[in-house]
Amino acid sequence: MSKYMLIMRATDEGAAAYEQLDFAQVIADMGRYNESMMDAGVLAAGEGLSDASEGSVVDFSSETPVVTDGPYGETKELFNGFWIVDVATKEEAIEWAKRAPLSGPGTKLEVRRINGPEDFPQDDEWIAKEEGWRQEQEQAQRAQ
Amino acid sequence: MSVVSVVSTAQPASGPDPDEGGRVVDDAASRRAVEAVWRIESSRIVGALARYTNDFALAEDVASEALAEALVAWPRDGVPRDPTAWLLATGRRRAIDAFRRRAGRDERYAALARDLGEGGVVTGGPGSAARADDHPDLLWDPDRIGDDRLALLFVACHPVLSKEARVALTLRVVGGLSSEEIARAFLVPVPTVQARITRAKKTLAAARVPFEVPAAQDRAERLGSVLNVLYLIFTEGSTASGGSEWMRTDLASEAIRLARVLTRLAPDEPEAQGLLALLELTAARFPARTGPDGEPILLTDQNRRRWDRSAIQRGRAALARAVAVGRGLGPYGLQAAIAEQHDVAPSVPGTDWDRIVVLYEALGRVAPSPVVELNRAVAVSMAHGPAAALPLVDDLVARDALRGSYLLPSVRGELLARLGRAPEARRELELAASLCENERERGVLVRKAAAL
Repeated sequence: MSKYMLIMRATDEGAAAYEQLDFAQVIADMGRYNESMMDAGVLAAGEGLSDASEGSVVDFSSETPVVTDGPYGETKELFNGFWIVDVATKEEAIEWAKRAPLSGPGTKLEVRRINGPEDFPQDDEWIAKEEGWRQEQEQAQRAQ
Repeated sequence: MSVVSVVSTAQPASGPDPDEGGRVVDDAASRRAVEAVWRIESSRIVGALARYTNDFALAEDVASEALAEALVAWPRDGVPRDPTAWLLATGRRRAIDAFRRRAGRDERYAALARDLGEGGVVTGGPGSAARADDHPDLLWDPDRIGDDRLALLFVACHPVLSKEARVALTLRVVGGLSSEEIARAFLVPVPTVQARITRAKKTLAAARVPFEVPAAQDRAERLGSVLNVLYLIFTEGSTASGGSEWMRTDLASEAIRLARVLTRLAPDEPEAQGLLALLELTAARFPARTGPDGEPILLTDQNRRRWDRSAIQRGRAALARAVAVGRGLGPYGLQAAIAEQHDVAPSVPGTDWDRIVVLYEALGRVAPSPVVELNRAVAVSMAHGPAAALPLVDDLVARDALRGSYLLPSVRGELLARLGRAPEARRELELAASLCENERERGVLVRKAAAL
């Protein structure tokens, strides 16, 4: 099994259309969708983000990071929330994504696999860290 | 053409799109797309069909036939607008066919075929046939889906079945796994799995096991069987009687998924929550349990930074729900509480061993066993030193408990070593090594003995 992140994205246009929807209805639809994923035992996590205008962007383009308030400048697409699902295949993640109660022009769900330990080299720095940690433990135990 | 466009329900199930050069897609991709729907929906489909037909074996048969049909039809015609309704309607049609075939032998089946055909069983009377056919999703009774899935789990784990059969049937009908996937995970030939499932269905039919959630007086025992099956699936996945790493992790994840399903269906069962907590809190340590060459790393030596924090959080939440029910913790809940103490501790010395001793004492009361006593002794040695623990271990030796197991001499050897009684410790560790069947663990014991 792997974990996939379903990333909610929308253009300004999509976000504006979303604002027009009945909030109670949106909450109810989302609640039902979340519940269906919980019933199926696949929902590992999920959060919605507050409005992008409340956020800030730390830009690393120059040597010192530049902080600006609000959404990320020229990019016309906003990241609005995510779900993490624990499923057997990418197709299953996509099938869940298709069931999300979203609609409207420019509204998208991106489906991305979350890296597991198998995606990282098991040698070099990791092992060094682990060795250091083990020595710490041994010393602590001897001290006991 | 991408997988996404193949499975898109936005496209009507019409002919090939000339702009895309026809519906030429690779079989594996469309197969996976069908299987994805199946994994999500199989338990609802089999559950609903079992209720309509009141025949678990038939429901499983016709649901499998519907899946086989989908694997042919969807890649050819496109995925239907409502895949679940399609599968359910196809399964129902197959069930009606089966009843009609049997009708010659038994008038009861003829009546069932009529009822199902008219949607009478579902919508409560004749005259609704057209509606049921136009909108097969009307067959869903939203108030009963939960009960159907719970009944399915109880029937698949029924005590009349062998443990192997319960495991195979649960993975198949509740987990939506194919016989091939189950066979691969358990390293047995596919026909063996198929035979197990066929035999299990016959056993259930012969025992006239009704398709229902057990009545209150049987519920505790039957739930115990369900929990045991999920635990077996998990341990098969986590302790590795064989197979490659990903397969084993896969089975453990499947068990967690099924345990999540169960806690949603039976939220007020403290042991269901306790089992889920135990599995989440144990699996949280999986990322740290093996070294670069696949060698097992003991809890003491694990890099705790690799533990899965979100799994720990989910496990603790499930444990809190088990406690909140207010009926006390059972064996799974107590084991989860012990796992929680390890998972939240910054290090071995920083672990609340006093609390773990108390939890093992409680576990020993509800589920007495020499292994629990031995674990308690280890916890005592961590909380109060080896001298306090040795009498507990000696008591087990005196009672001839755990005979033939390397665990007892290995723990006793450790304690003696920590007490500075090297010659005795060496003897115990060498005895443990001679009893240990796992090559890697034997190596650890031999090295420890030699280092004394």
